[in-house]
Amino acid sequence: MAQAVKKKVEGPSADKVHVWPYLVRLEFMCAIICMIVLTVWSIVIDAPLEEAANPTKTPNPSKAPWYFLGLQDILVYFDPWFAGVVAPSLIIVGLMLIPYLDVNPKGNGYYTYAERKVAIWVYCFGFLVLWIALIIMGVFLRGPGWNLFMPWEYWDPHKVVALTNVDLPYAFGIRTYNAAMIFGGLVVGGYFVLGTMVYFFMERKALKNVGFLRMFLKIQLLLIMVGIVVKIVLRLGFNIKYVWVTPWFNI
Amino acid sequence: MDQIKSGKIFSELAKTVTESQVWTSSFRHGYADTPRNRVLQIASNVWLHLHPVKIQRHALRIKFTWCMGGITFLMFLVTVVTGVVLMFYYRPVGEYAYYDMKYLQYDVPFGMLMRNMHRWAAHSMVITVWLHMFRVFLTGSYKPPREFNWVIGVFLVTFTLLLSFTGYLLPWDQLSMWAVTVGTNMARATPFLGHEGPFAEFVGVSPRYDARSVLLGGSLVGPPALLRFYVLHCIFIPLVAGALMIVHFWRIRKDGGISGPL
Ligand code: HEM
Repeated sequence: MAQAVKKKVEGPSADKVHVWPYLVRLEFMCAIICMIVLTVWSIVIDAPLEEAANPTKTPNPSKAPWYFLGLQDILVYFDPWFAGVVAPSLIIVGLMLIPYLDVNPKGNGYYTYAERKVAIWVYCFGFLVLWIALIIMGVFLRGPGWNLFMPWEYWDPHKVVALTNVDLPYAFGIRTYNAAMIFGGLVVGGYFVLGTMVYFFMERKALKNVGFLRMFLKIQLLLIMVGIVVKIVLRLGFNIKYVWVTPWFNI
Repeated sequence: MDQIKSGKIFSELAKTVTESQVWTSSFRHGYADTPRNRVLQIASNVWLHLHPVKIQRHALRIKFTWCMGGITFLMFLVTVVTGVVLMFYYRPVGEYAYYDMKYLQYDVPFGMLMRNMHRWAAHSMVITVWLHMFRVFLTGSYKPPREFNWVIGVFLVTFTLLLSFTGYLLPWDQLSMWAVTVGTNMARATPFLGHEGPFAEFVGVSPRYDARSVLLGGSLVGPPALLRFYVLHCIFIPLVAGALMIVHFWRIRKDGGISGPL
């Protein structure tokens, strides 16, 4: 009996408090503050209402709701099947897999950078750069024709942008369709195969603990994430339109 | 007279009221600050009993949770209440929808305020749910035993975005119609199921019969799409999201409360 009592004092449950009043009063205060802010905000700023919907009058630019503008921005670099369907599905599935792929037992229930650097870098990169930064860009810097405009620039609907993009195989001097298709396939496939092999080689010690399937899924998701950035850099820096052109899809 | 002067009448009155059958049947315990009442306050209240009776002290720290899950839920509740008010005035019909919005804004008492609160709460909810998720990631709270609740959470963030997106169409103005056009155009490119997507030719979908037309009830964002989005927005998605939230809260308790350093 005495032991049981002692154990209780030492365990994590030692420092427990009643929810009423300690938590409920915090929630109550928090709710009141939020409601005041929301009410004042709603009195001061009106929700937008433009002219009635008109299917014959397409606005330029047409923008999706702001929270999807990151995806809409990726449309510049990828075809809709990827930017609009596959990428969002991968985001959802990838997020769900996080607890099953990250087997690092440290950093459970407290803030730490030192004990899980890679995980934090990957998440911050995905969330802050690929999601938030692209949204900010989509909201403020994308004007008519989805062209880039600096905040001080006039949104000129007739802005002329030279279309000098070529496909990657073309840039390497490949001129026939089939050869280009094989070349592109090799580049994309090679990227994934090589990336996977390098990762497995570098992390070969972890294989026993983490398991093959986990490591395989992890590196595929990571390669896709990095691949999106690679494609953006290829487009912006080297005017590459597609890496791999096939009769069915282009990447 | 004496009783009134000494104020004793008030305690008499209070006693009569709090001992009446109506009162005792409504309020099942006293209010005095005793440990027993603190427990009953939570355990015997249908709303508050989503909480455990006791929690660890660190779970109170706003620095730990940023209060973001709670604020997300509050924003959801605000949209439910204001949304029901808006539903009294709004008809999801091509001819009426836009003019009902005008009516709400200019003629309905507090109509504009209700609309504003609904919209800003919805947008806030999108932001706070992202921040909540970010916090849960940073504290590693998805790690065992909370993996499953993280998965529920990913469903919740998806449904939050879908709620917001389906609502975006309802004002039926240029902004909403074209935003939804841009958004749903993506469904055209669904592999296999969209008529412009990869491998569509092997499935035989057409503009009138593919993933997008199922979503819109037609080949463009027209009145059938408005009705579909309305039903999804007001009935289907809130019910699913609400159910998931209940599971989410339940699991927080079953997983041992808010995560913390062991
Ligand atoms: C409608 C959306 C959501 C609501 C209303 C909600 C609500 C809450 C609340 C009230 C808490 C208590 C702690 C806190 O306030 O931080 C919580 C905890 C938690 N939430 Fe959410 N949540 C939502 C979405 C999400 C999402 C998108 C995720 C992650 C993908 C998530 C994962 C979790 C986890 C793992 C916990 C436990 C945290 C811990 O133990 O420290 N939730 N949620």
